[in-house]
Amino acid sequence: MPEPAVPATNTEPINGREEDLETLQLFVSGLANGCVYGLIALGFVLIYKATEAVNFAQGDFMMIGAFITLGLTNAGYMGLPFWLAAPLAIAIMGVLGYLLDYLVLRHLFGQSQTAVVILTIAIGFVLRFIAGAIWGHEPQTLESPLAVGDFRFGGVVLGFADVAVIVVTFLLTFFLYQFFHRTKLGLAMQAASQNQMAAYYMGIPVRRVQGLIWGLAGMVAGVAGILFASQGAIDPNVGLIGIKAFAAAVIGGFGSLPGALAGGLIVGVIEPFASRYLPAGYSQIAPYALLLFVLVFRPNGLFSQVRTKKV
Amino acid sequence: MRIQFKTSYEHDIRLFPDWWSFIVYAALIALAVTLPYLLDDFYIGEATNVLIWAIAGLGLMILTGQTGQVSLGHAAFLALGCYSTIILLEAGVPFIIAFPLAGIITGVVGMIIAIPALRMHGVYLAIATIALSILADDIIVLLAPWTNGVSGKFAPTIDLFGFQIERWSQPGRFYYLVLAVTIICTLFYRNLLRSPLGRAFAAVRDSEVSAMAMGINIARTKAVSFGISCAITGLGGALMGFYAGAFNNETFSLVISISLLMMIVIGGLGSIHGAFFGAFVIAFLPQGLSILKDSVGGGSVAIPGLETGVFGMILILFILFEPMGIYGRWMKIRIWFELFPFARKDMFKRQKSYLKTERLR
Repeated sequence: MPEPAVPATNTEPINGREEDLETLQLFVSGLANGCVYGLIALGFVLIYKATEAVNFAQGDFMMIGAFITLGLTNAGYMGLPFWLAAPLAIAIMGVLGYLLDYLVLRHLFGQSQTAVVILTIAIGFVLRFIAGAIWGHEPQTLESPLAVGDFRFGGVVLGFADVAVIVVTFLLTFFLYQFFHRTKLGLAMQAASQNQMAAYYMGIPVRRVQGLIWGLAGMVAGVAGILFASQGAIDPNVGLIGIKAFAAAVIGGFGSLPGALAGGLIVGVIEPFASRYLPAGYSQIAPYALLLFVLVFRPNGLFSQVRTKKV
Repeated sequence: MRIQFKTSYEHDIRLFPDWWSFIVYAALIALAVTLPYLLDDFYIGEATNVLIWAIAGLGLMILTGQTGQVSLGHAAFLALGCYSTIILLEAGVPFIIAFPLAGIITGVVGMIIAIPALRMHGVYLAIATIALSILADDIIVLLAPWTNGVSGKFAPTIDLFGFQIERWSQPGRFYYLVLAVTIICTLFYRNLLRSPLGRAFAAVRDSEVSAMAMGINIARTKAVSFGISCAITGLGGALMGFYAGAFNNETFSLVISISLLMMIVIGGLGSIHGAFFGAFVIAFLPQGLSILKDSVGGGSVAIPGLETGVFGMILILFILFEPMGIYGRWMKIRIWFELFPFARKDMFKRQKSYLKTERLR
């Protein structure tokens, strides 16, 4: 799995101010990576909130979104302008998400979470194979206007893509949160997840609502894919960073959108610090160790929503 | 059509429901025993591979099929069983002790890991076990003094009662060793299902609330299930190590965990047959694909991800059209013939069900 780019660390003897700067640089680049995890985790949470299932293929959705954008934008393929290709790719991802639900997942309506877990893992395998067959297995870079140029604040360097990731992620989390808590459709989605039959009685078309949320999750994955591809090269296996996004979603508690973002930021910030300060071999296990730690002590996430039914 | 009259509880839990099934299984074992005389060395190797996957599958089946807990981390226990067998052998412990001991070690470790994992359910358990599978890779590298890290270890020749068993020079002997372990594990599994513990597993799977009301200690049942499952998987892992001959931290990856889970789903969750059917699919899929590729004219061009892609496709089709797996399909065909001409189309129709949130258990 390609590790997200971590800026080269200073090897010269460093004095106090440079150390502060370095810490800040690590922190800021961690934030940018964390936002990508957060974006994938948002996809998990959306689907979990509305269908009570977890989409283990969300990372692969992101990969497909990145490749569709690449296929539309890069000169070697379609060669469309980026600002036209990006919304188009997001729309295509939305349609793909809806179709996936319509053709495959709807057959499992009312079945247990376990079946959906296994099914989405299989879908992830198939998506990876399809992407490899279409776009090949060589790493490719998106010709994105976001990929060039950087901001400098004091001594801290931050690429355009990183800034875009941070801004877009926070905006998206805010709007999705508002959507779930303020709109009729958002409330209908929450109801559909809590009790399907009761939701039917209330006149909610549960299946269609679930299809819409899969479409929405596809669009979020498309956004995540575009931003991820702007940060670095992509290949069909980048979807595996979805496993780190699990850590983000679990830390935040699966039912909470701001929690997912917070979890993503925690994982993203811990990674560069772990690889800077921990001995080699221990650093890459930090996110997973954190994940297990959270699950052991807060089995349902930091923002738990589980209550036990009494008999 | 055979009708079984059950007049006592003993009849209900008999190992073989009637003489006919006893004869069928005896014939199957006889066939398995004579197999080395019927097939050449290559196919004996393949048959051994099927049996090893079946053992590992039986292990996961106890946890997932019987107790209803999804684990995507069983590659970690395959690795633990494999490494502990080899390390014990290298320390001079004879195989006959080292092999079961490795199973027990794996089982105990599995049980210890299960204790915090018990508080999780459904998706959280799946995610925690994914993390476990990834951590296992890194932990093997960190424990390099024992495990040799990335350079890996080589499986030594097995010395069992003076017989030298080696996978390449005596595939027949290795096959018999694996067959013996398979039969022992299968009988153990079958007897477990007839015991109160096995019934407690099924009760926990079907409804935790009802199981609790029946006086079953959920936490203990799950922990024991995890332990037994890991022990059998560990034995499978040890045999896998001997089969591969050499292994390192990447041999038992997350993909193996996922394949194992998919294998038992394709075979049919909750049945011993399912583990064997699934093992057939997973062991012969690469061969089948390469034969197919040759016949299409693809030649020897390697297509990365083809196997997992096709495997995923097969799994999707199974979940959609035959959720009970190959075993379920086989049962349906058998019942259709047994009831002929009275089988009805809707006999196996699934009841319409609605999901409620698990956040309010």
